[in-house]
Amino acid sequence: MDHNGNTELRENSFWRKYLFSADHKTIGKQYLWLGLIMALVGGILAYFMRKQLAWPESETLTPNVYNAFVTMHGTIMVFFVAMPILLGCFGNFLIPLMIGADDMAFPRLNMLSFWTFFVGTLLLILSFFVPGGAAAAGWTGYAPLSAKPIYTGVNWGLNLWILSLALEFASVLMGGVNFMTTAITMRAEGMSWFRLPLMVWMQLSAAIIFMLSVGPTIAAAVLLLLDRLVGTGFFVPAQGGDPLLWQHLFWFFGHPEVYVVLLPGFGVLLEILPAGSRKPIFGYRIIIYSTLVAGVLSFIVWAHHMFVSGMNPNLSMPFSITTILISVPFAIVIFAMIATMWRGSIRLTTAMSFAIGTLMTFLMGGVTGIFNGSAAVDIFIHDTYFVVAHFHYTLFPATFFAAFAGIYFWFPKMFGRMLNETWGKVHFWLTFVGFNLVFLPMFRLGMAGHMRRLADPTQYNFLSTESIKSTQIFITWAAIGLLIGQAPFIVNFLRSIVAGEVAEENPWQANTLEWSTASPPPHGNFEVRPIVHHDPYNYSSPDADSDWLPQDQSLEEITT
Amino acid sequence: MHGTQANVQPRPEFGKLGMWWFLASEIMTFGGFLAVYILYRAASGGGWTETAEHVSIALGSINTFVLLTSSLTIVKSTEAVNQGEYDRAKNYLGWTILLGVVFLAIKGVEYTSEIRHGFTPITNIFWNFYFALTGLHALHILVGIIINLVLYIGAVKGTLWREDLGHRIEVAGLYWHFVDIVWIFLFPLLYLSY
Repeated sequence: MDHNGNTELRENSFWRKYLFSADHKTIGKQYLWLGLIMALVGGILAYFMRKQLAWPESETLTPNVYNAFVTMHGTIMVFFVAMPILLGCFGNFLIPLMIGADDMAFPRLNMLSFWTFFVGTLLLILSFFVPGGAAAAGWTGYAPLSAKPIYTGVNWGLNLWILSLALEFASVLMGGVNFMTTAITMRAEGMSWFRLPLMVWMQLSAAIIFMLSVGPTIAAAVLLLLDRLVGTGFFVPAQGGDPLLWQHLFWFFGHPEVYVVLLPGFGVLLEILPAGSRKPIFGYRIIIYSTLVAGVLSFIVWAHHMFVSGMNPNLSMPFSITTILISVPFAIVIFAMIATMWRGSIRLTTAMSFAIGTLMTFLMGGVTGIFNGSAAVDIFIHDTYFVVAHFHYTLFPATFFAAFAGIYFWFPKMFGRMLNETWGKVHFWLTFVGFNLVFLPMFRLGMAGHMRRLADPTQYNFLSTESIKSTQIFITWAAIGLLIGQAPFIVNFLRSIVAGEVAEENPWQANTLEWSTASPPPHGNFEVRPIVHHDPYNYSSPDADSDWLPQDQSLEEITT
Repeated sequence: MHGTQANVQPRPEFGKLGMWWFLASEIMTFGGFLAVYILYRAASGGGWTETAEHVSIALGSINTFVLLTSSLTIVKSTEAVNQGEYDRAKNYLGWTILLGVVFLAIKGVEYTSEIRHGFTPITNIFWNFYFALTGLHALHILVGIIINLVLYIGAVKGTLWREDLGHRIEVAGLYWHFVDIVWIFLFPLLYLSY
């Protein structure tokens, strides 16, 4: 350990070390904290919405506040929980370690990226407290509802919402530039493209998809802000504008964004499943090619969100076809994951449990996506709780199950201590059962015609039946259970940072490079730059003595 | 092992690669803007002609010439750096900055006369677009001028030539060319299409 020599060389003050750090590991952890805290905020918003829906007579939230909460819940969970944890934390922490580099290509840009993100988060939180309250036009900000303050009664709340998203986009763009440049130029000797851990492939694919899709939405956001502040009429029909255009520009990015979140989640699984099954990954290259195909297809599916928007109906068929087509590459990846586990010696750690839980729940989301993607079916279920259930079955697995899997897996590397496995399993079962109890009944609500974003469904007779009401109350209790089920995690997480069992270098006996250095890795990551000899999933190789073969160990080294 | 911190040395390809990725996303942003504008204009069925002919083709053409020349000077600057002629590189960089400022000044004259004649950013949908697109472009020019100015100051002090940092002019040049190319699209779309 060169830790002391290291500090002699470069005295890091407290501020430089923990707060304004340019070290990718610290930045990754900062993103993790930010994401987890925002997840709590988003969860609490969901609790109030559920309370209002189960007992509308309690008037927990006025319709205006309910709209704001719906909007902010979606915005926070997608942009300020999923993005910082899956890309910000895992991407920043793992990419340099996994490719054997000592840091990102642009460490200071990385720091700027985090603090831009941080300011964006502050603006979003601040927007709750400005006169008129937070943005209330839905997380999609549909025009013309969002185009003039009088339509929602929210003025600065929505302006701040746009600004905070702009900062977030700028931050992720900086991150993406960093990810790409780092992976292209700083790979260790022997780390060819097809020896890269799949996590890196997934992060890079996500970064490219993000960088190439966010542009039109930035353009739309600028135009929307001009509509609101200057009085232009890009999205206001009375002034010659076209509100439908907002939907096109938003979903051109909004749909690929789903994959931006999903792919790093898959990346987590693709690392944990082979290590937890003691088997090489099934179809390494096929997974990469499928991901690239899905990435290309993700740019031509967006209008499946708009089947009932009033766009030209002739567009429905092509977009239905591309949407259903994109399930093929993703199905291939899922099958590869299942095949990886097939006949493996499964070690059912908490991380592995969450990984399998991700697969099971995401499968439901994927399958119901086919329903939504077919225009004929979508016309019936559009804007109902069926859609709400569907996207929670896709995004919750990615944002929470996969993220938890990753946290349980890489926590030892991040903090140098182990999380408690028993409490981890308790956390898993509470989350898994709680999640399904909350969202499975929502499919039924949707089939019964329950619209989204209703503050008081009992205003409709067909939603006032005893059966619907009791389902609502059941979902709310389940949601409360799901929220309380996170308590073991919070306690475990905080306690383990200071008092967890000290982690060894490679507690999961995994192969990728981050496990070949200390836990946590020193500043600069590796004492000696690693040289890569193998692909990353060499488990149970007949040539090696142990059932794992780290990427930086050559077979000769072991046998002699 | 020495200085773990110092291992990340800025290498020329870092900057260039990073800039290319940034420009890729910028292309999508301006592409989005231009696509929206073209769609609206096509949908208007020629209804914008009357109001659109109040832009000044003369000033727009002069600005096009100014910007193209500035692209030439920054190329000359890069070339001079590569040949180790730092004084010449510095001077060409100065010309690039000056031409950028001239561009903004002419743009300012245009804006003033247009607004005086009653064509403000909220007059109608064409002027909405005109001000949004050229304004965003002008903002990019301003950023480019600032970047070039920072490099120029470094060149005057001599610090720019240290540690093989001369390639920064090339990276700044990539950005400057991009802003130039955006104008090459904006000029015909806004000024010349009737």
